[in-house]
Amino acid sequence: MIEINDVHKSFGTLQVLKGISLNVEIGEVISIIGSSGSGKSTLLNCINALEPIQGGHIFVDGTDVHAKGTDVNKLRQKIGMVFQQWNSFPHLTTLENVALAPRIVVGKTRQEAEDIARRQLEHVGLGDKIDVYPNKMSGGQQQRLAIARALAMEPDYMLFDEVTSALDPELIGEVLDTLRLLSEEGKTMLVVTHEIGFARDVSDRIAFVRDGVIEEIGPPSQVIQNPQSEHTRQFLSNVR
Amino acid sequence: MEQSASTIQFFTAFQLSDIWFLGEAAGRTLLIAALSIPGGTVLGIFFGWVLSVSGWAGASSLGLILDVFRSVPLIIQLILFFNFFPIIGIPLDPFQAGTVVLVFYTSALVAAIARGGIEAVEVITRRAARSLGMTYWQDLRYIVFPIGLRAVLPAWTGVALGVLKDSALVSVIGYVELLRASQILIIRTQQPFLIFAVAGVFYFALSFPIARIMERLEQKWQND
Repeated sequence: MIEINDVHKSFGTLQVLKGISLNVEIGEVISIIGSSGSGKSTLLNCINALEPIQGGHIFVDGTDVHAKGTDVNKLRQKIGMVFQQWNSFPHLTTLENVALAPRIVVGKTRQEAEDIARRQLEHVGLGDKIDVYPNKMSGGQQQRLAIARALAMEPDYMLFDEVTSALDPELIGEVLDTLRLLSEEGKTMLVVTHEIGFARDVSDRIAFVRDGVIEEIGPPSQVIQNPQSEHTRQFLSNVR
Repeated sequence: MEQSASTIQFFTAFQLSDIWFLGEAAGRTLLIAALSIPGGTVLGIFFGWVLSVSGWAGASSLGLILDVFRSVPLIIQLILFFNFFPIIGIPLDPFQAGTVVLVFYTSALVAAIARGGIEAVEVITRRAARSLGMTYWQDLRYIVFPIGLRAVLPAWTGVALGVLKDSALVSVIGYVELLRASQILIIRTQQPFLIFAVAGVFYFALSFPIARIMERLEQKWQND
């Protein structure tokens, strides 16, 4: 499980996270909602040590992520991440994009890595695109490629950072469908999103983040249908 | 009549064996280029990487030294270094001195290009690589290097062809490469037009394959 314990994070003098605590159990899907700049994406980057933190602790399966001596490269193999801006490796085919990390990071043979890659591309509906280079694909396809690439490392946790925000409206559906599929398969997921309807459908719990803290957290039936906090209510009425 | 007979004894016309003489000299040009272009490129990539990670400190120390190599005319560098090495007790022959200077000169040109290549790779792409568990070096080797290379290959080709031709300047310190050999033959034959034409053909024969291979590579990558 992921244990986030009173985490503080600032960029220079700007305090972004002001004491966030959250536990993610195995198999759980948690959505994080909130306005832009509230610290949602930063939190994800802190979980796999892409950003350092200034206070608190994050434990992943008991390992203190930000402790000195923690092997972050080892740790990141457990945590798949997909970003807002798609970022396929432009010099590699779809298959090579997905097979690269299993081969060089995990040490699988080329054959094994490509088998895994084929399976994961199949999984996200890109089975017919294995020899295509990313620049020939749509944003939605590239995001699904990024998901397959992360899944190929067989991570225990998946972090999604506003993966549909940079997409044209007609491409959002295919990516959300992929996420929905993963949630049905029981993946542990932490999803930062602006798609409230999607969050309501797939989440076990939804956290509303405001101004660097979790303002409200609970099942969708609470946070979306019957928010306890005035701020949550206000946010939801603004995005609807 | 008497006059012209004695002239012929000083100057002999261009013969077939002179082509061999020029060919040998072209081989020497190729040798010095084949050492200094790859050597300077490897060193230049390293310098470019240092510049890209060291920020202000790197720009003001290493960057400044490289700027000197880039801005002082090569001919001056060659003469200075060739005369400087014996002073510090390491006498180098013209070939060695020329190669050393060309390696540093090339590295200074390549460093700026390499730095541009590294910075052409988007931060988000590198983050994605690291998020998959790649180490810093794996990210450099498998992501940054190939993407950056594609971005700067045309610029590098320009440097490589430039250095190949600039290597003619090594003649000023006495190394008999293609240009120097041509001048020697011209003195003997008094046929500058013909000999420079032959030398030009040799230079073309050296440059053309490089230009062509790089062009092919660019096209291949573009079709990817």
